[in-house]
Amino acid sequence: MKLFGLYNYWVFALLLMIGLYAVIAKRNLVKKLLGLSIFQSAVFLLYISMAKVEGGTAPIIQHAGEPQVFSNPLPHVLILTAIVVGISTIALGLAVVVRIREEYGTIEENEIQARDRDR
Amino acid sequence: MWREQLPALAIAVPLAAAPIAALLKAGRTAWALTTAASGVSFVIALLLAGAVSSHNELSYAVGSWPAPYGIELRITSFSALLLLIITGASSVALLAGGQSLDAEVTPVRRPFFYAAWLLALGGLAGIVASGDAFNIFVFMEVSSLATYILIAGGSDPRALTAVFKYLIMGTVGATFYLIGIGLIYMMTGTLNLIDMEARIADVADLKPILAAVGFVTIGLVLKAGVFPLHVWLPNTYAWSPHIVTAFIAACSTKVSLYVLLRFDFMVFQGSLADHHLQFSGFLMPLAVLAILVGSGVAIVEGNLKRLLAYSSVAQIGYVVLGASLMTATGLTAGIVHMFNHALAKGTMFLAVACLATRVPSLRLENLAGIGRLMPWSTAAFMLAALSLIGIPGTAGFIGKWYLISAALEEGALGLAVVAVIVISSLMAVAYVWRVAEIACFRAPPGPDTATREAPPQMLVVLWVAALANIWFGLLPGRPLSLSGEAAMTLLGQLQ
Repeated sequence: MKLFGLYNYWVFALLLMIGLYAVIAKRNLVKKLLGLSIFQSAVFLLYISMAKVEGGTAPIIQHAGEPQVFSNPLPHVLILTAIVVGISTIALGLAVVVRIREEYGTIEENEIQARDRDR
Repeated sequence: MWREQLPALAIAVPLAAAPIAALLKAGRTAWALTTAASGVSFVIALLLAGAVSSHNELSYAVGSWPAPYGIELRITSFSALLLLIITGASSVALLAGGQSLDAEVTPVRRPFFYAAWLLALGGLAGIVASGDAFNIFVFMEVSSLATYILIAGGSDPRALTAVFKYLIMGTVGATFYLIGIGLIYMMTGTLNLIDMEARIADVADLKPILAAVGFVTIGLVLKAGVFPLHVWLPNTYAWSPHIVTAFIAACSTKVSLYVLLRFDFMVFQGSLADHHLQFSGFLMPLAVLAILVGSGVAIVEGNLKRLLAYSSVAQIGYVVLGASLMTATGLTAGIVHMFNHALAKGTMFLAVACLATRVPSLRLENLAGIGRLMPWSTAAFMLAALSLIGIPGTAGFIGKWYLISAALEEGALGLAVVAVIVISSLMAVAYVWRVAEIACFRAPPGPDTATREAPPQMLVVLWVAALANIWFGLLPGRPLSLSGEAAMTLLGQLQ
């Protein structure tokens, strides 16, 4: 069952590659950013997976006299920060796409390149 | 008493000034505030550089939580040197650039533009001051996001497509770095770099650590613009506002190189078997290619700013080449070249900003005879260009001299490295001569042949920067001793 036990990490690798593929292969700038978002989400999954402790709960309440197992809270906190960073990046990227649309009238990469060549 | 707070203040001053700049209505006040904050940071960097030595690293526990549990700021000789480069480049660019930026950034955007500048400054300072791997990631993203805004803040629409590419590649690079430190955290349970170095020895032969080394290296190589991952760099430098180019060309890639060297030498090198192959088999060939391809493209490039950008690709190669020799002299060469290249290239981009006040387009053919129209700007450009080539007596010579000395210690392989350095210096002569020939020996087109220089404020700052190239060429002093100390710290594990 070891392979199944690492199933989170397989999903991480798969999402990472799907995201990276979209970033590289898609010509539409918004689709590129969606790929980037999937790419970053994969990393969130990696951090959350490593924090999980078998049978662990959130480290909030300690019941008196009961031994308790807690999940590691640190990666959760780290990834909260990384999610904020991810949102800012996508927001800024979309803002740039809006500006590109205003200047070039298109968000297709090859059409933009063609216009730049004419300049 | 207050001196203990300096590491935190180096980050806090620009970050605290940023929201104030955003709230100001007038662009001029925002500029003044930004310049003042940048100047204060520069003074802090000077004080820190005076306080550190290889035996005296400054450690600061944020919120008094002791390391490795709390976040540690750690100022080594290496980070002090980088802080000097960052804050110095920012202050010089801002002092020179008030009018140039007024011409390129629309009034509505100016307060936000300066806020972004301060965030970029604070982020870059944070990267070099922090001793915590995740903290470095956060500061990296703070500075990157702010830099994207600076680049797209001008009026050239081509900056938008350039910044989009930079945003995609920069984010991929930073995310790779995040995966890498995640894997290391998974295996060692720590994010503090010093603690990581101690704990990684126990798990050094495990697969996740090897994967982490790969992710961290590729991520940072991408951010640093090492060939062949430099593709975001030329257009970003070319179409951003001129003053912004002078700032980011002087420091942003070097900060990523700093993180790369810090990880490779201080965290990985001591514990991982065969890690030296990463340098001899991976980074050194890339560095040689960067030097040759960067210089080669610069020879045929038709736009002055893109030409200088490709030259930067080659110069990043020198830094990596020096480091990949893995000797004290080699590392000293690489690190002191970071400082000297920042000085030379920053000055050149400032001179470009001066030229741009008169010529609308920076294509080389439009610069014909500019040496007669703007003699002072052109002369400063040429002075810095000599430093870039590495003429004795200029700052650029010091780095190249050390690099050649380091290569000669290596035997047969070293001779090949020396050949590469000599060839690329000749290539640098070629592309600088191309600019010189067009600027000085061709007749200016059009009827307007009166001498009309850039604003005096720009010229004065430009010449201070240009003369600094001579000053640090004749008296390399403190930058060189800081680089030597940094090299010893990095190699500490190996001796």
